[in-house]
Amino acid sequence: MSLDIWMRENPLTYVWIGSYGVAFLIFAIEIAMVMHKRKITLQQVRLMREAEESEGI
Amino acid sequence: MKKLSLFALLVLVVRRDLVLAMRRRADVLTTLFFFVMVVSLFPLGVGPEMDMLRKMAPGVLWVAALLASMLSLGRLFSADYLDGTLEQMLLAPQSLSVLVLGKMASHWMVSGLPLVLMTPVLGLQFDMTVEGIGVLMLGLLLGTPILSMVGAIGAALTLGLRGGGVLLSLLVLPLCIPVLIFGTGAVQAVTSGLNVSAHLSLMGALLVLALAFTPWVTAQALRISME
Amino acid sequence: MAINWFKYSAPTTFYGLAGKLIPWFAISSVILCAIALYIGFAVAPMDATQGQFYRIIFIHVPTSIISMFLYLVMAGYAALGLIFNTRLSSMMASAVAPTGALFAFISLWTGALWGKPMWGAWWVWDARLTSELILLFLYLGFIALHASIDDPRRADRAAALLAIVGSVNVPIIYFSVKWWNTLHQGSTIKYSGTSMHIAMQQAMFTMLVACWLYAIAVTLMRVRSIILERERHTKWIAQLAEVK
Repeated sequence: MSLDIWMRENPLTYVWIGSYGVAFLIFAIEIAMVMHKRKITLQQVRLMREAEESEGI
Repeated sequence: MKKLSLFALLVLVVRRDLVLAMRRRADVLTTLFFFVMVVSLFPLGVGPEMDMLRKMAPGVLWVAALLASMLSLGRLFSADYLDGTLEQMLLAPQSLSVLVLGKMASHWMVSGLPLVLMTPVLGLQFDMTVEGIGVLMLGLLLGTPILSMVGAIGAALTLGLRGGGVLLSLLVLPLCIPVLIFGTGAVQAVTSGLNVSAHLSLMGALLVLALAFTPWVTAQALRISME
Repeated sequence: MAINWFKYSAPTTFYGLAGKLIPWFAISSVILCAIALYIGFAVAPMDATQGQFYRIIFIHVPTSIISMFLYLVMAGYAALGLIFNTRLSSMMASAVAPTGALFAFISLWTGALWGKPMWGAWWVWDARLTSELILLFLYLGFIALHASIDDPRRADRAAALLAIVGSVNVPIIYFSVKWWNTLHQGSTIKYSGTSMHIAMQQAMFTMLVACWLYAIAVTLMRVRSIILERERHTKWIAQLAEVK
């Protein structure tokens, strides 16, 4: 109930933190995950190539 | 080898699967028992007020039927997949869609039809009216084949995967929502004195659509899974 | 002008092209998002009936539209991959899916936050809300099926078939849910049908474009990783600057 009252008193804070804040947080997490995935994949590919080269010699 | 007509092929597949199911009666009874048990647990969970139970009855029975049919879908192709029969079916000169349709039909006879026949007893537990039970049975009769057919697509896609059973439910349950809505809607219409033909004819339309497309889609899914 | 578009349908050339395009999409998305927020919060007037709360729709409506549109994009790519057996289409389909699921989630979340002050409940069984929830389930099913098959080729094809079956089902689900909803609710909830202020429309449209550009940028980033992973045994990957 207290949340109800707080919400009516601070509508803009509610809108900002509740919806825009959460949405942008999710976007930020997604970007971080995608970048991390790229880093990991590049590492894997490099490792695999090194292993192949040492085998070749 | 003499050439089989499509209908003869269908009968052959259905008969074979029914014989196999009869050899393993326990599996069939487990599904039925699960259905009865889930339905009977609901009053214990929500309380014995008859008014509320009467209102809930169609929804409870339909959701239980949905879950029971998910439970048995895992077995639709897995036994044939493990012993190599499925591979022979894919190689057979006859249409794979018809073979798949036969398997769907026998799956429904083994896991859908018993539920429909069990419904009156469970409906009485919930104090449903006679007309209500009749419409519920009619709805289940039209709807459970759709569950078997749509479920077969999921069963074919998840063939041989780890944790296939849970995944299968995750894939198939959202696709079954229209069946649930029309099935329960029909019963609510008859109890409030409205015409049920709209719900049931929409359900019939879904059944025809499913009959037309799902065997072919399932056949494609099997080809993808067996590559 | 004879540009060979098919040149870019090969992962080899697409990888480089995507790398060049990502910054442009990302930067314009950020700029447009800032503009949309400025219009939405500073220019658009307060709504007479809904107060400040209505400002949630500037993020809610664009994310809902994008989440639905991305499902069609995903199913389209999946179908292309299944029918023409093009590698890149299947990779794009699996790159779109997580973004679509996140957009569906944001749409549900902001919808709940909007519903609480407007309708007095976080969740109502409105046809639109329920359909959006089912859309999220369909995305999750696609991702789960793709993730649980080890062979990437089989995963692509199986998930593609599921996406196509799902997209055929979406209209049936939507109309049945809508019908179910009108049967059950005597007092249907209506989005206030007042004519929108021009600034509100501008804010919403700008945010829609910003979300769209963001979705493209993230999908391209993800598809670049997928290309690297799938094609790691090929020669062109070995010659890339970032691999050396």
